[in-house]
Amino acid sequence: MSEKAAAASKSFFTPFNVVAGIIVIIGLILTALRFTGGLAAVTNLSDYNPWGIWIGFDLLVGVALAAGGFVTSAAVYLFGMKRYHSAVRPAILTGFLGYALVVLALNYDVGRPWRLPYPFVIQQGTTSVLFEVAACVALYLAVLFIEFSPAALEWLGLRKARRIVVKLTLLLTIFGVVLSTLHQSSLGALFLIAPSKLHPLWYSPYIPIYFFITSIIAGLSMVIFESTLSYRYLSHKMDETHLKEKNDVTLGFGKAASYVLAGYFAIKVIGISAGNHWHLLGTSYGLWFLVELFGFVALPCFLYAVGVRDKNLKLIRWTAVLALLGIILNRFNVCLIAFNWHLPSSERYFPHWMEIGISVFIVTIGVIFYKFIVTRMPILYKHPEYSDSH
Amino acid sequence: MDGTFYTLQEFMTYTEGVTYILILAILLGMLGFWIFLVERDEN
Repeated sequence: MSEKAAAASKSFFTPFNVVAGIIVIIGLILTALRFTGGLAAVTNLSDYNPWGIWIGFDLLVGVALAAGGFVTSAAVYLFGMKRYHSAVRPAILTGFLGYALVVLALNYDVGRPWRLPYPFVIQQGTTSVLFEVAACVALYLAVLFIEFSPAALEWLGLRKARRIVVKLTLLLTIFGVVLSTLHQSSLGALFLIAPSKLHPLWYSPYIPIYFFITSIIAGLSMVIFESTLSYRYLSHKMDETHLKEKNDVTLGFGKAASYVLAGYFAIKVIGISAGNHWHLLGTSYGLWFLVELFGFVALPCFLYAVGVRDKNLKLIRWTAVLALLGIILNRFNVCLIAFNWHLPSSERYFPHWMEIGISVFIVTIGVIFYKFIVTRMPILYKHPEYSDSH
Repeated sequence: MDGTFYTLQEFMTYTEGVTYILILAILLGMLGFWIFLVERDEN
């Protein structure tokens, strides 16, 4: 083997590529099992528990964590916070990949995935919240694709097409905010139909508002988390502007996340009061609720605030991880842990290892695509031939 | 009051009363928290 071939082989078999490759191979095998054997072959789903982690994690968490796109573009293009401009493209890319993977995950979860377009073409079902979610996710995925496309068009050298798309930026941002407000809240509204199944501490008439506000927290925290990882592993791809604005983004988004978390904590307390559920706080579910409320809402709120006051970027970045874990915990609580809480333990749902395997596979696909795009297209730097504002 | 509500009006009167007091406290708390958050900001 020549030296050149040996070097190429060595550069391909990096730890990332090896781990990602193994996960993808296992994921493809599990995918074959899912689509040949049906849901029963790879999941622990049942009539009592038709929504497992493919909905609780891949969809509910995936959509929340992809909210960074609309939060960042609204801050920059609608509220005029141009100092965060360098965060827009990575956030839009994360959002686009997040939503694309949500749709992919849905194909695994629904019994007959080829009927996914039915709400649009066969039966409109416009009175269903699920129809509203489907319509908004489909439209928003299209919006994110167009918002992301200038980077791809710059990479491909298609100047004319890029010029047209860039002119749509403001309109697309408004569409994005409207559609996100609608479907982020509607994902919570799906649970309004199940007051007898969801534990009263998590069930609330305000649950659509809870979902929307937590999506903003998730979006802000995800931008901080993603920029931290990008700086750590892809700083060689960042231009001077990105490197300079990186700390401003962390501080600004940390401050916003802290205040939104404080507001969320407040309306959660109001929710307990409005339902007069104080007495439930002393139960085992109540203690778990308090762990979520104080450990994953009040604590990150306080830590973000201390980090912002002390300009402690490291603390803000670690707090972003805590806040993201809080969002994941919240969605798991609503969709899995506090759902069907009255059922005997023998009827409760715990995911099959193959369900977890497919979720890991889907997340890995997202990371691979993110790496592929970021290392090729102008996401973390401005293309030298397109230095105008975009 | 022994904690038992016999009518919806009793329930609403009690819970709304507590909630309004909470909202007032929260509004004041949010003002204080904002000052805590930004007091070290440069002008």
